[in-house]
Amino acid sequence: MLELVKQPWHWAVAGILIGLTVPALLLIGNKKFGISSSLRHVCAICIPANIPFFKYDWKKEMWNLFFVVGVLIGGFLATQFLSNPDAIVVSQTTKTTLAQFGITDYSHLMPMQIFSIENIFTLKGFFFFVVGGFLVGFGTRYAGGCTSGHAIMGLSNLQLPSLIATCCFMAGGFFSANLLMPLIFKLF
Amino acid sequence: MESKKSIEVRHQDAMCTNESKKSENGFLSNIKYLIVGIVFGTVFVKAEIISWFRIQEMFHLQSFFMYGVIGTAVVVGMLSIWVIKRFNVKTFSGEKISFENKTFNKGQIYGGLIFGIGWAITGACPGPLFAQIGSGFLVVFITFLSAVAGTWIYGKYREQLPH
Repeated sequence: MLELVKQPWHWAVAGILIGLTVPALLLIGNKKFGISSSLRHVCAICIPANIPFFKYDWKKEMWNLFFVVGVLIGGFLATQFLSNPDAIVVSQTTKTTLAQFGITDYSHLMPMQIFSIENIFTLKGFFFFVVGGFLVGFGTRYAGGCTSGHAIMGLSNLQLPSLIATCCFMAGGFFSANLLMPLIFKLF
Repeated sequence: MESKKSIEVRHQDAMCTNESKKSENGFLSNIKYLIVGIVFGTVFVKAEIISWFRIQEMFHLQSFFMYGVIGTAVVVGMLSIWVIKRFNVKTFSGEKISFENKTFNKGQIYGGLIFGIGWAITGACPGPLFAQIGSGFLVVFITFLSAVAGTWIYGKYREQLPH
C-alpha cells in the first residue's frame, strides 16, 4: 500500500482530491476556495501602509493563512515520508525543448539548474525568482484570483469572469513559455 | 468614502465577504483548514503538480497531465456545488452556504495575462508556491516574497490601473 502511495499519483486522483477541496471548505465553514488572497492578507498584516486595499479586518481571514500553512506542511510531509525515489518522468519532446535552454537535470521535481541557492544573486535568479514571483503576485491580485479562485472555484460556480480570467492565464502562459522564455534563456 | 465601483472590485478580490456568523477566531477553530491544507499540499507534491517541468509540458502542449488534473477538479467542483445548491446543503455547523456572482472587469484580462506569464516562469501558481517551499526548495521563498511585493504594489496603485 505504501509503495502505491509513493508512486506519482494519477491525474484523475489529483483532480478529484483538488476538486473535493471546494465542497470541503464550503461544508466546514462556508469558505470559498482561493489561495492568492493569502498574499493580500500577508500585506494587510505586515505592511498595510495605510493603503485602503489592505485596510480590512484580516483576523476574519485567518482561516486562509492556516490553509496555506497547511499546504506548506503537506508539501514537507509528502516529500519527507512519501517521496518517490525515481527521477520525474517528463515528456521526451519537453526534454528536447528544455535541453536547448541547458535544462538537463531531472533528479528533482524542480530543475536544480534554476532553483538552487547559488542562483539567488545571479541574473537567472533575478528573473526566475524575483520577476516571476512579482508577476504571479501582481497578476493574481489584479485578476482577482488565481488557478484556485478562478479556474477551479469560479468555473465550478459557472462564473463567466472566471472563464475569461482562466483563458487569459493560459494565454499568458503559452506566450511566456513559447516566446518569452526562449529569449530570456539566451541571456544566461 | 468608497465608491460603489470600488466596493464591487473589492468583492471580486476573493475576499471572504460572507464570513461565518459564528465566532471563528482562535487557533482551534482554524485547525480544520490547516488539515485540509495539509491534504491539499500532499496532493500537489505526490501528483508532481508543484513541478516546474509539468508546467512547461502543459504550456508546450506536450502532456495531457495538467489538463487532466484541472479538468477533473473543475468537474468535481461543479458537481459538488450543484449538489449543495440543489439540496440546499448546510455547513457542518448548520449555516446556509452562500455564493456570490463575480462581476467582470478588465483586470481579469490584464491581470490574467500577467499572472499567466509569471506562472510559466516560476512553474507555480500561488498554491504550489507554498508546497514547493515545504518540499525543500528554499529559494522559492524569494519567489514568495516577491509575490507579496507584487500584491502590495497592485494594492498601492490599483486606483490608477484600468479595471
